[in-house]
Amino acid sequence: MLRRDLLKFAATLPLLWLAPRPFDLLAASSAPARGRWDRILILVELNGGNDGLNTLVPYSDERYYQARPHLAIPRERVLQLSPSVGLHYALEPLMPLWEKRQLAIIQGVGYPDPNRSHFRSIEIWDTASASQQVLDEGWLARLFEAYPLPETFATDGILLGQRDGGPLSGKTVRTVALQDPQQFLQQASHVKAVEQSSTNRALAHILQVQRELTHAAGDLAAHLQQAPPLQTTFPPSPIGRQLETAAQLLTAKVPVAVIRVSQTGFDTHAGQLGHHERLLKELAEGLAAFRQAMVQAGLWDRVLLMTYSEFGRRVGENASAGTDHGTAAPHLFLGGSVKGGLYGSMPSLNDLQEGDLKYRVDYRSLYATVMRSWWEIPETTIVGPEYQAINCLA
Amino acid sequence: MPMTFQDARHLLARTGFGGTPADIRELARLDREAAVDRLLAGVGTTARTSPPSQVLNALPPVEGMKGLSVEQKQALKQERREEAFELKGWWYQELLTTPSPLTERLTLFWHNHFTSSFHKVKWPALLYHQNVLLRHHALGSFRDLLFQIAKDPAMVLYLDTQTNHKDHPNENFARELFELFTLGEGHYTEVDIKEAARAFTGWHVALHHGGGFAFNRRQHDGGVKHVLGKTGAFGGEDILAIALDQPACARYLTEKLWREFVSDEPDAREVERLAVQFRNGGYQIAQLLRGLLTLPQFWAPETRGVLVKSPVELLVGTIRLLNLPIKDTTTLAKYGKRLGQDLFDPPNVKGWPGGTRWITSATLLNRWQLLQRGLRGADMGGPMHTHAGMGEMHGAAWITEEAAETVQAVLAPVPPVNPIPTGEDRWQMVFHLVMDPTFQLK
Repeated sequence: MLRRDLLKFAATLPLLWLAPRPFDLLAASSAPARGRWDRILILVELNGGNDGLNTLVPYSDERYYQARPHLAIPRERVLQLSPSVGLHYALEPLMPLWEKRQLAIIQGVGYPDPNRSHFRSIEIWDTASASQQVLDEGWLARLFEAYPLPETFATDGILLGQRDGGPLSGKTVRTVALQDPQQFLQQASHVKAVEQSSTNRALAHILQVQRELTHAAGDLAAHLQQAPPLQTTFPPSPIGRQLETAAQLLTAKVPVAVIRVSQTGFDTHAGQLGHHERLLKELAEGLAAFRQAMVQAGLWDRVLLMTYSEFGRRVGENASAGTDHGTAAPHLFLGGSVKGGLYGSMPSLNDLQEGDLKYRVDYRSLYATVMRSWWEIPETTIVGPEYQAINCLA
Repeated sequence: MPMTFQDARHLLARTGFGGTPADIRELARLDREAAVDRLLAGVGTTARTSPPSQVLNALPPVEGMKGLSVEQKQALKQERREEAFELKGWWYQELLTTPSPLTERLTLFWHNHFTSSFHKVKWPALLYHQNVLLRHHALGSFRDLLFQIAKDPAMVLYLDTQTNHKDHPNENFARELFELFTLGEGHYTEVDIKEAARAFTGWHVALHHGGGFAFNRRQHDGGVKHVLGKTGAFGGEDILAIALDQPACARYLTEKLWREFVSDEPDAREVERLAVQFRNGGYQIAQLLRGLLTLPQFWAPETRGVLVKSPVELLVGTIRLLNLPIKDTTTLAKYGKRLGQDLFDPPNVKGWPGGTRWITSATLLNRWQLLQRGLRGADMGGPMHTHAGMGEMHGAAWITEEAAETVQAVLAPVPPVNPIPTGEDRWQMVFHLVMDPTFQLK
């Protein structure tokens, strides 16, 4: 989406962001806290359960080829990263990042007592809960409740793509869901800025959301209006467009701590090969373009991308040339502050549990990395102290 | 106690989708208790709208799925997806036309209590039958409803009773039975769940033989179980009876219905009183609901307009009240989804969290956008659009016939936040009332 349209649109908005905001007065006093939140997290959800074994391929393991006579990636096409594992060939656009050591691959990410339901498993990931524990609020929502962002931030998180709040669902977290900024600004332009509150709690909530909306829209429009155009061309895939929007927002210096993008279609039960190849290609091209845009904007050191997905897929292929819901899978960290390389270890194909991989790294360690290392909140209890940050950030 | 216009308006908003001035005046002739009794007496047990016939046939092929090619499976999947949409449209049709909105409000309540989703169950016919079951018992006995729903094929698939075998018990249903359906958290242990799960082993759905419930004795664990302080060689129905015997069960249900119909602040003493009656009276839902709707708390001024309309209530209520033309009710299913309530597809077994959680920056914008389109948009035949002389006049006649104060009293549950124009153009006034934040409340 097209900055020119945005600009055109922003120009037609009421000038509500020009009104002085009381928050501006607080900006100076909250400056020390700001340092932490200068670092941005981009969550990349691979919705549907990404097939880890065909993403980071154990190409030297004969059992992989035995388990997947139709789906295995041929040895000669694997982009070898180590003597035992390599990337799916469709991830070629990520190789420059790997060579620059800005891509960390955490192997065997999962959790004990894995749940194979999409809905339940993504809820576990979103809320950082144990398998049998039901929590109401997303892990980032709880983090921002305990460590609020400066009030100068018009919103805590921006959700791109079609999915719900996920890790950013909660009672106090402020999010803006955008399918595209232009549409959002257009819708929001009809919304009046409100000052009132109410003793009626439901009404007070609506007025609060309305306030956040107009605040965020004003902020967004103001920033987008001043932003230089992106030099990078993004691929036209859905994930490419979302990453393009994310790059626009960041280049425009919209203050935000988290942007969540979401790629759908990973539930590859049937006819997986071509479909999965296309998804990985779109992902890799989108990420490579995003990196280029961030480098140009001088922001690459300040963003950390992390992939996540509800589960990996089973080791053996099914009768429909696809794979069913499984357990552990690799996940990626990318960014200018990432120490590239392989982390964790590849789950053994020799030691399966009911045909599934045994996880090696608890997914909560990824969150610990974000919270304790990236945002430097070592004392957070959103995940327990047993989940140590992975030493993959510079 | 005799009712005012505002009282009757409140009762209709809380037990249905709101009322026109005529509906409100008609009800206001009664006193409060008589009005509640009339609404309860009007509750039906079946839908008037006939289901789309292809949905009834949307069951797995008798010969199984194994022999099908990838393309055939894909085609079947696509067909099912379309049938699910038809089914959602069917419910909206009933919601729009039912003479007893309370019947549908209760059915929606039970759909959000005994959740099942198309995503997991996959066969629209089973979800239709579950909906029929929920409506049939909506105001009947909770005991009967619980016994039936435990064997309901959609539920058996949704909570994995289907794969609950003697050698590999699946705890999903047993867990949700205690946590979400009857007792609430804190009133059972993990051991109770494990033991109860054993009692439900062997319950399954004959998916390729008509999709009915069946009991497989060979998969059933006939051993002794210890559940909630009771010991015996229990079967599944024994577990249901044991759960119903717990005082926590009546309390949990009473509190949940309080949040649905009265306010989000249940009064512990009143809940206890009503819960005891509920349990002693054999779990009659009508008796409990009557108790809730005649509480002083229900009628108190501070309880008016304090609940958020669900997406379905917002859509259906606005369309019914303003008589907006809807050509295809499957469109409403799509709108509901955009607003966060995809009927027959709750987000998870806990259902839609509801209350103020309905309102987020995204859903609030979408609510306003859809309301605006409903009134002004050409695509939805909005009365304000056609009003401008562009064709047939739509919209309820009362809008232009009633006094301005009445129009405002009908549309706003509490005084509007924004100034409302009271000029000549009545639809302009309606537009401002509908776009006011208070219109989101009931």
